[in-house]
Amino acid sequence: MTAETVQSGLATQGYVASSDLAMALHLALALGRPLLLEGAAGVGKTEVARALAAWKGCDLIRLQCYEGLDAAQAIYEWNYPRQLLAIRAEGGATDEARLFSETYLLERPLLRAIRQPVAPVLLIDEIDRADEEFEAYLLEILSDFAITIPELGTLRATTRPMVILTANGTRDLSDALRRRCLYAHVDYPDTATELHILTTRHPGLNAHLAAQIVGFVQSLRKEELEKKPGIAEMLDFAAALAGLGVADLSANPAILQAALATLLKTQSDRATITTEVAQRLAGKAA
Amino acid sequence: MRGAVTRFAARDPGPVARIAGFMGHLRANGFRLGIAEAETALAALATTDTSEPATRRALKSVCCGSAEDWARFDAVFDSYWRNGGRVRTKAVPSNSTPTKATREAEGTAAGGGDKADAPDSIGDGEADTGGEGRLIATRVANLRRRDLREVVSADDIRLAETVARRIGAALRDRRSRRAKAAAKGAKIDLRRTLRASLSTGGEPFRLKKRRRPDRPVRIAALVDVSGSMQPYARPFLAFLAGLMRADPAADAYLFHTRLVRVTEALRDEDPFRALNRITLLADGFGGGSRIGAALHHFATTHARAHVDGRSVVMILSDGYDSAPGSEIGAALDRLSKRGCRILWLNPLKGWRDYAPVAAGMAAALPHLDLFAPAATLDDLAALETELATL
Repeated sequence: MTAETVQSGLATQGYVASSDLAMALHLALALGRPLLLEGAAGVGKTEVARALAAWKGCDLIRLQCYEGLDAAQAIYEWNYPRQLLAIRAEGGATDEARLFSETYLLERPLLRAIRQPVAPVLLIDEIDRADEEFEAYLLEILSDFAITIPELGTLRATTRPMVILTANGTRDLSDALRRRCLYAHVDYPDTATELHILTTRHPGLNAHLAAQIVGFVQSLRKEELEKKPGIAEMLDFAAALAGLGVADLSANPAILQAALATLLKTQSDRATITTEVAQRLAGKAA
Repeated sequence: MRGAVTRFAARDPGPVARIAGFMGHLRANGFRLGIAEAETALAALATTDTSEPATRRALKSVCCGSAEDWARFDAVFDSYWRNGGRVRTKAVPSNSTPTKATREAEGTAAGGGDKADAPDSIGDGEADTGGEGRLIATRVANLRRRDLREVVSADDIRLAETVARRIGAALRDRRSRRAKAAAKGAKIDLRRTLRASLSTGGEPFRLKKRRRPDRPVRIAALVDVSGSMQPYARPFLAFLAGLMRADPAADAYLFHTRLVRVTEALRDEDPFRALNRITLLADGFGGGSRIGAALHHFATTHARAHVDGRSVVMILSDGYDSAPGSEIGAALDRLSKRGCRILWLNPLKGWRDYAPVAAGMAAALPHLDLFAPAATLDDLAALETELATL
């Protein structure tokens, strides 16, 4: 398998990967190492994992990180209510070993990921939102692929999941985590790539409009915005225009301004891109 | 333009040694890599073809660890594999030229030996006598970029580190008002103690505790390195370097006409290489200043990721801006909406009869939580008590 195989494989799933990203994914698969993806929001970091899982025909297990995420939510938890019910039902004479058996174990994403019959893709999304303590715990799992549950013993991985971590710079990640992972930085695509993405996702779109949309979004990213529109927003925008039956971007200023709702998500950005600015950008893109 | 592929000597022991050499080259350029990465790199190359783009991409993916590394990897790669045979002498020009200059001057410069071995002696030489090593380095260095190592010595950094540590502690010691369950703590957690007593037949043998957790404050320091601030560059840069070494959560930025984040560069474990790396970043050091634009850039980009209600933004600048002052006011207004506290340390404020008449400074005043004088490290150290009461 080579990086090109990965690239064409992802392309069958409608994901256009840059050569750098394809090589990083290829290495992550070949070496069995986790891959850390960084980049601005909306450049398709999460989508990589989805496309990869679909291409490989395996499950995608996703762990969304957030501040305060702990082991009970990420790894495993005992099903306490069920244990209590069992004790009640049997009148207190319960075998303790049975209470702490697999029946009462709730698998959370990390544990589930290492116990699949077929190696899944494990997506740890926005790792920089989780606390540093959790990051340290994650390191242990990523290096050994084994989870120790005091009551049950150590559970070893039946298969090694392909791990993808994403981050968009909410805080700096520890060096230890960075060193454990392969790395790829995902950027906003250039015009040609973005056009390719658009035509892959919306094959029915007429070529003239597609080129206009991409040109418009590309120049919009150069404006001073609080939140630059990502690829997902661009696709929404295209879908909106197609749905509104627009054939030319600069034909109807009012419709274009309304469709901007799919691209600009803050009040001040809406205020920055006035009808005049939008028309100027659309005129340039045409 | 890229040169030809590097021709290695005939006695070259082979690809493994070359990769090891490349790893050393990356390390010398500030990449944080260990032995494990070299192994990974070899394993990675075994899975790809040997064409140049494939090799480059594979090594890039293995050796990079951050967006900064990612951006400069290509230049470092070219300098090793495509420089016509000599290793390291032609590294990224401005990054390694001063090092080379120091090495060549070894015979004449006092203590101008290997920087890793004797940082102290280099520092003393530069601080006290200004030995020949410095002169040569200055002559070789790109004139547009001033070598920050002339400005700051190792002693400065060490001193600044203690100051920064104390200031950091003064700012950081903020305890939450809410109590949380903890293994050790001042108060007894009645609810959990009673709950735990159930397992001992109602006798509270195991006392559970609560305490008020620390809520650490993040410091983001923005240092003005424009021309008018040159006399104060020495204490402030030392302070910045010290702060980075003292506080792993702090953030550092330099600005003149634009703003650059130097956190990663200053964290380099070798203080001299750290200064070297920010020299590279601070292109335009000692030039004009556009404080408003720099602060606006900070407020709209970095601040969104790194500044929140538990942050302190520390601006070290004289407030002389070449653009209208209203820009500064607008930028600070935006910044303060993130809930952070803003300190402005102005070296001029210590002067007799100083009044903040500069338009920028006047516009900034309403948004500041503290406006204080600071021209030397001692001044910064004296701020400790004021910061603690902030």
